[in-house]
Amino acid sequence: MNSENVSLPNFSADPCSSFYQYLTSQRPDLLPMARWENSLPQPGPTDPSLMSTRHLPWPHGTTVLAFTYDNGVLIAGDRRATEGFQIAANRMEKVFQTDGFSAMAIAGAAGPCVEMAKLFRIELEHYEKLDGQPLTCEGKANRLGHMVKANFPMVLHGLVVIPLFVGYDHKREIGRLFKYDITGGRYEDTDFHAVGSGGKDARSTLKEYFRKNLPEDAAVKVALRALLNAADEDVGTGGPDLVRRIFPTVKLVDSRGVRDVDDTQLATVCAALVNEKQET
Amino acid sequence: MALPYYVSPEQMMQDRAEYAKKGIAKGRSIIAMEYSDGVLFVADNPSASLFKISEIYDSIAFSGAGRYSEFENLRKAGIQHADVKGMMYSREDVTARSLANGYSQILGTLFSQEMKPYEVELLLAQVGETPERNELYRISFDGSIVDERKFTAIGGRSETILALLRKEIPQTCPSLKEALTLCQHAFEQGADPRSNLEGLEVAILDRTRIGRRFRRVPTLEATQILA
Repeated sequence: MNSENVSLPNFSADPCSSFYQYLTSQRPDLLPMARWENSLPQPGPTDPSLMSTRHLPWPHGTTVLAFTYDNGVLIAGDRRATEGFQIAANRMEKVFQTDGFSAMAIAGAAGPCVEMAKLFRIELEHYEKLDGQPLTCEGKANRLGHMVKANFPMVLHGLVVIPLFVGYDHKREIGRLFKYDITGGRYEDTDFHAVGSGGKDARSTLKEYFRKNLPEDAAVKVALRALLNAADEDVGTGGPDLVRRIFPTVKLVDSRGVRDVDDTQLATVCAALVNEKQET
Repeated sequence: MALPYYVSPEQMMQDRAEYAKKGIAKGRSIIAMEYSDGVLFVADNPSASLFKISEIYDSIAFSGAGRYSEFENLRKAGIQHADVKGMMYSREDVTARSLANGYSQILGTLFSQEMKPYEVELLLAQVGETPERNELYRISFDGSIVDERKFTAIGGRSETILALLRKEIPQTCPSLKEALTLCQHAFEQGADPRSNLEGLEVAILDRTRIGRRFRRVPTLEATQILA
């Protein structure tokens, strides 16, 4: 018997449930990450100007944070995008609902960030439709890691995309939070994390005020306080604009799904925090 | 050199059509019916995990009768087409009409050019912003499309079921409860007298939902709707 001629049926010939993979093989022109890969100059490893992302003329998303609270997990972000020393947008959305029980927030170059969020949403929906059931929370987080990894060539050109991912895990009945590095490394955090140019300032506030199992109202207040402090310290982060009524985006992910905290509640909490600052 | 046997094109097409029809006749039936808030799908399907009705896009649902592997491939192709189109243009630009056209092209080509035609019949529905804008399409194994109003059925016993529904359908748009009752009766009388809710797969395209309008209705909920 000639065993070399025996081949197993190949499952991968079946259309894959990943939309990203489908695009890679069938429509690479539609992929956001690889589009300019060949048209940009290749950066040398010693050229620091290309490695630095701080003063590139692409709009940059700035402070986004996430932490767990008693029902699930909260994710929030400011609304400012900057282009060098100019403000590119003051109503930008950096927090996106990705499916019924998950959301992501992004920091980095605005264009690729928004495209990654859009593609990730389609990716999850596509899988759910083809497979008949949604991915698990862990599966979604891994999938996003693959997409961040695929973006690595663009990082060398300064187009950094750093997401935060939150989801409700139905099996464990908890909200979970994942952070990523530029190479696609995925790390789970049980408490809190913040990324972006004001991420460090937001993290120091969260370190002070974060408690395990905060009730919902208190959690919203902590999130806004952290964003307010980040806006105080970082030029790239926009604070709440009480005059034009622009408030940070805050989303809550729990067993019932993803909810937006409405503007009325955000306005009340922001006003209270600003008052608190005036008194001290 | 031996000449191949001559078969007239008419004979060849007729043979293929008969072959495909035979395959579809074995398949269980599916009904799609417009109701006040959208479109109801009911399939005669004893399996609780292998679905016959599925979501294609925000307001579009798909259902196939006949050979499972074949309509499953067509379903996946439809989802891929819809997702790519929605990403390239906008989510509103994905329409059942263009998908129905695509399916018609695929099935038409397969029917006339391949040795074996697909033994499938497809049902495609889109829920519109108003009841007048709902769209129902039935696509046959040879690629012919029928644009239907109010209700339609595919699968082995579809003729019997359609005849029954034509007699019973009210003039005005039925409520979800009425529509589900009509479908269940049609299955009882037209397909299987023992058919109960357990053996039916129910799903709706609900106009009142935001974003993705497709939703499966579990047996328990279907029982409550009928109660």
